Parts: sequence; C-alpha cells; structure tokens
Amino acid sequence: MASASAFLLKSSPVLDKSEWVKGQTIIRQPSVSVVRCHPNAPSALTIRAGSYADELVKTAKTVASPGRGILAMDESNATCGKRLASIGLENTEANRQAYRTLLVSAPGLGKYISGAILFEETLYQSTTDGKKMVDVLVEQNIVPGIKVDKGLVPLAGSNDESWCQGLDGLASRTAAYYQQGARFAKWRSVVSIPNGPSALAVKEAAWGLARYAAISQDNGLVPIVEPEILLDGDHGIDRTFEVAQKVWAEVFFYLAENNVMFEGILLKPSMVTPGAECKERATPQQVADYTLKLLKRRIPPAVPGIMFLSGGQSEVEATLNLNAMNQAPHPWHVSFSYARALQNTCLKTWGGRPENVKAAQETLLVRANANSLAQLGKYTGEGESEEAKKGMFVKGYVY
Amino acid sequence: MSAFVGKYADELIKNAKYIATPGKGILAADESTGTIGKRLASINVENIESNRQALRQLLFTSPNALSFLSGVILFEETLYQKTSDGKPFVEVLQENNVIPGIKVDKGTVELAGTNGETTTQGFDSLGARCQQYYKAGARFAKWRAVLKIGPNEPSELSIQQNAQGLARYAIICQENGLVPIVEPEILTDGSHDIKKCAAATETVLAAVYKALNDHHVLLEGTLLKPNMVTPGSDSPKVPADVIAEYTVTALRRTVPPAVPGIVFLSGGQSEEEATVNLNAMNKLEVLKPWTLSFSFGRALQQSTLKIWAGKKENVGKAQEGFLARCQANCEATLGKYTGGNAGGLASESLYVKGYKY
Repeated sequence: MASASAFLLKSSPVLDKSEWVKGQTIIRQPSVSVVRCHPNAPSALTIRAGSYADELVKTAKTVASPGRGILAMDESNATCGKRLASIGLENTEANRQAYRTLLVSAPGLGKYISGAILFEETLYQSTTDGKKMVDVLVEQNIVPGIKVDKGLVPLAGSNDESWCQGLDGLASRTAAYYQQGARFAKWRSVVSIPNGPSALAVKEAAWGLARYAAISQDNGLVPIVEPEILLDGDHGIDRTFEVAQKVWAEVFFYLAENNVMFEGILLKPSMVTPGAECKERATPQQVADYTLKLLKRRIPPAVPGIMFLSGGQSEVEATLNLNAMNQAPHPWHVSFSYARALQNTCLKTWGGRPENVKAAQETLLVRANANSLAQLGKYTGEGESEEAKKGMFVKGYVY
Repeated sequence: MSAFVGKYADELIKNAKYIATPGKGILAADESTGTIGKRLASINVENIESNRQALRQLLFTSPNALSFLSGVILFEETLYQKTSDGKPFVEVLQENNVIPGIKVDKGTVELAGTNGETTTQGFDSLGARCQQYYKAGARFAKWRAVLKIGPNEPSELSIQQNAQGLARYAIICQENGLVPIVEPEILTDGSHDIKKCAAATETVLAAVYKALNDHHVLLEGTLLKPNMVTPGSDSPKVPADVIAEYTVTALRRTVPPAVPGIVFLSGGQSEEEATVNLNAMNKLEVLKPWTLSFSFGRALQQSTLKIWAGKKENVGKAQEGFLARCQANCEATLGKYTGGNAGGLASESLYVKGYKY
C-alpha cells in the first residue's frame, strides 16, 4: 500500500478558515496526514503541512521489520543506578557511559535489533571511544529512539494510582531530539489492577498517551504508545483481559480524537497474563491466545507494529510467550521491546569489568537472537542458561 | 469490560463468519411498506400485499441467484410471507443456505436543535421482538443509523447519539441470538470532497467501535455495513481506485480484525458503480483482515424491478437480470469482476437527494 499511503498522505485536508473562526462544532480532521491549523492571527491561518508523514510511516515500518525488535535501554539515571548497584557499581556518568557503550557496540546487534530507546543523557553522550552513541547505532542499522516522559507521579483523586508527566514543552523537546538524531519516542503510562483501576486513571493514561503521540508525530518522531498494565497483583488472566480491553478501547478512541496517524505509530503493550502473585499460572499458549484475542478486538490493522514489553517476566518466559504468539498468522508485526529481558544476563556477565565486555556482549546477542527467532515463530529454547530463566518481577517496582 | 459472552455466543460467531464468506454477500430486501410503495410506484404497480409478495418471490426464487448470497435482510411482513405455492420465504432461503435477517429499527426522527440530523428509533420491546424473529427463523438483524456531512455536521451530538444507539441495539440482538449488522450510514448528499467524507467516516467509525466496546458487544459476532468513502453527490466523481484507497484506509484505521466481515451499502450509486467500486477494493494489495462484500438493496434490484414492471410474463427475464447482478457482485468480492455485464439500466444512478428511506 506504499503508493496509496503516499498519495493519501501528501494531499492533506484543510480546515476552512471560515469553519475555524465560527467556533462551531466541526468534524475532526482525519489522520490522512499530519495537518495542524494554528490561527496565530485572526486573519492568518498557518497550516503546517504533514512534512513528516511519509518519514513516520517509513520509520515505523523499519522498526517493525521481520526478525527484529527493540532494545529498551532508556533507564533513567536513578533506575540505571539500581542496575549498576546490583553488580556493585557506583552510579556515575562514566559507569553509565561504559555500560551503554557495551550495549550499542555489540557487534552485529543490528541483525536482531531494529531500534534502541535511549534516555536523554545517552542521546547526547559519546561512547568511551569518543563516538556519538547515536552515530554508533545508526551505523549498526539501529534506529535511535528517545524516552520523552518525565515519570510517574501520584494521581490526585484516584485510588492511589499514578499518572505520567511530560507534556509541558514536549513539542520543543521532541523537535530538539529529532535534530539530535532520534526518530522515535517512548512514553510509559501505567495502570494498576490491584488499585482498581479507576476509570479516572485509565482515562488519564489514555489521554496523556494520545496527546504525547500527536505532539511527537508533529515533530517527526514515531510515538511508541505504551499503556503498561502492571504485573502486580493476584488477579487471574481473565481479569487482566477485562482491564486490557477497556484500556485499549480508551487509548484508541483518544488517539483517533487527537488525529494521530495510525500508520506512523507503534504499540508497546503488556501481554495478557495472570498477576505475578496469582497461584494459577498460564502457559505460553494461553498467554498467546488471550493476547491475540485482545489485539484482534482492539487494534486497527493500520498499526504496523506491536512490540511487547517484558514487565518482569524472565528472559526465557518473555521469549517463549512471544514465540507462541507468532505461531499463527495475524495482521501485525508482533515483536519485542525488552529492557530487563534482554539486558539481565548481559549486565551480570559484565559485572563492571572491562575484561568481561566481550562475553557480556555475547550474551546480549544470544538473547537478541532468541527473541529475533521468537518474532519469526522459530524459537526452540535450546541451550538456555539458568540465569535467563530467573524471574525478574519486583513487587511494587518503581521504574 | 470484556465482551458479553451469552448462550448464543458460538452461534453468533458462526453465523457472522458464514455471512462473511468470501464470494457471497447480502441482498437487502427489507424496504418498509412505505418505501417499497415508492419502488412499485416507479413501475406503476399498486402497493398491495400481493404485489409486495410477488416481487420478493421473484427475487428469492431466481434460479441460481441464491448461491451467491449468504444472507437476505427482510422486512417484518416478508418474514412471515409465503410463496404462491404456500412455502414460507424463510424456508426457501434456508434450503438454499441463505441466512434470513430482519430489519428491526423503526426509522429515523430528527434531533431537535440540529440542522436536520437524526437518531434512529426502535428500542421499545426490542429484546422481545428479537426473540420472536429468532423463533421465526431470523438469525441476523439490521439497524440503520444515518449521519450527514455539512459545515457543522456530523455534530458531536449526532455522532454520540447514533453510536450509542447502534451499540445498544447490537447488544440486545446478541442477547437474543441475532447477529447485529451495524450500519452507520453517512449520506453522500453535499458538495464536499472525498477527503471530507474520509474524515467523517473515520471519526464516526472510531466513535461506533468505542461505543460497541463500552457496551460489551462481541465483535466476532457482528458485521459492519458502512458507506463507501466517496465525494459528495454534488462533487465531481473520482475513479474507483481512489474510492477504494480512501475506503480501505478508513477501515484499516478503525475496524478491529475481530469483525469478520464488512458489507457495504450502495447508497445512491448505480448498480455498475457499486460493483466496480467493490471490485477495486478487493483488488487492493494491502492487508484487509475482514471480508469486503456487499449488502445492496437498490444496487441489486433496480434493473430487475424495471424489467419485471409488475408483469408475470417478465418474471423470467427479470430473474435473469437479478442473477447477473448477484454474480457480478460475487465476482467483485473476489476482485475478479471484469465489468460491463450491464446495459443502460445498470449504469443508471440511483441517487435521490435527501433520500428518505
């Protein structure tokens, strides 16, 4: 549909000046292209053409290429500090730089990884060899992405739930990140089942995501839309399914209301699983069945890629579940956007020692390869280490 | 808010899937008594029950035509009618693997305070009526919501009202064993271009699916009957490929894959236009996880009606005409229509300004 999309995207519908000025209810413009109308002065209508529309579609397609997924390495400094502490390292910029250098320089990483999400510090950093991180990624055929949210804070009036900050100044920040080389963005909202979730929390999460997505597209970044339904809780898989259906219905409705172009977004959902403390566990097949059912009921086919988060699953669990989902045909590219599930063994193998870098990079490539196979539905699980099977769920995990 | 999975769930899913069989489609023969009167008047035939029965018998007994149909939508009177040999129409359809459907709405009324926008009536005792229709052999239902495009239309009120109405109708049907066809028709009346129609269609469909989800409707047991995305009736026409691209794009952005089939309404398009557009859509090489088929009223019956002209001696020829249209549209659902098996009649526009159904 490449030519068709191009055709449709170039010719953008325009709000007639008279319609705007009247202030009456007007039909919303579609996401046929990224058109924004800004009446700066009463007599002038600045119409921003959808100059990024084609690029957004292309970037989304590239990240959603067969056999590849996303390496999430956008841990905030505080969170990265926890990772470093777990291997006895101090949380200094040098150590963060050393660790991220290790990750982005793993030879041949681009065979399995199509995109890497960075934290702001890393976007502007150089490797220990003095090369820009962004340049190393691009050379590896990996699209650089950037975390743009400013974290979760308590949501007043809710049932002890949170909401995601970061809309203030987002337009100029995303424009600056684009200049620096980022081509996709990520924003993480969360929903907690033990806390309800309340209708307020779900609405806020969905609306915030929609606003962020519209602003990102305006500035050339493909928004990854991530409403994470936390693993915490003792609820069963049916309850997760119920909540997920509500969350995704809200998310897509608000995305549509904000005129987000679906051909230029990616989704980062949590898989549909029982809560971490639920006594009844689910097999990868069950997780796949429930998750695919959810996708079929809520996700329009125009969305090019669905990159699952791991959310505390063990490295092997995350790979097995992804593999199960890719056994039957479905309309989207179903892949991964993993942080802990890609980095855990690698981090432990490195332990902060330069002499371990090569071995650590090897383990990263092993996990990346496993998940690449899972994306193609071809993972067999042979030769997995014990470390890789360790669950990584942390109760009340603060990102 | 999971989908409601009641005692009819499996049957609903099975029937919806069958109706969406590639290569088949729906004959919309559910014109109300008033509306069918207009059709009969156009061929100088009196609007009495025997004539209404004769027309429907002509259609349902057309040799081989039923093999191209997976469903027929009936008006209430027709659901209980028989052939002149005394066989219930419902049985004729069932014997030929055609699922009988039933129109359950009671027409539109204006929304006060709007510029001629409407909402659809029919909720009173809808559940009980559906049960009766199920007993009589119906297995799917149809409810037509109508929206229009204008400087300030469709308004937020009209969109919300019609979306909620469709969702409420849909869940009541599913509770009573009928697959709901969800029909949010956006009229072609107006001088707007195709982009405006695309915008309105995407907005309306997003609201419709949000409402369906909020009402716990089981999407796998529904069908969608939308308008094609076209320029307004007063605007210059565009080629079928363009209509196909805009229409399929709008659907890819709004209709979840769980919906098994999308059966287009023909609006005021001519028989040939409707077929050619449907064909172009099915030829598009892009992922379309739902069947794209037809639920045509005028676009299947118009020339048949004219050939019949109410005369017994014309029945055979009229039935041939009907078969030809059914076959053409069947080919169109497979992207295999090569066109031109019509004549002047099939190319006649069926557009009526401010059309009241």
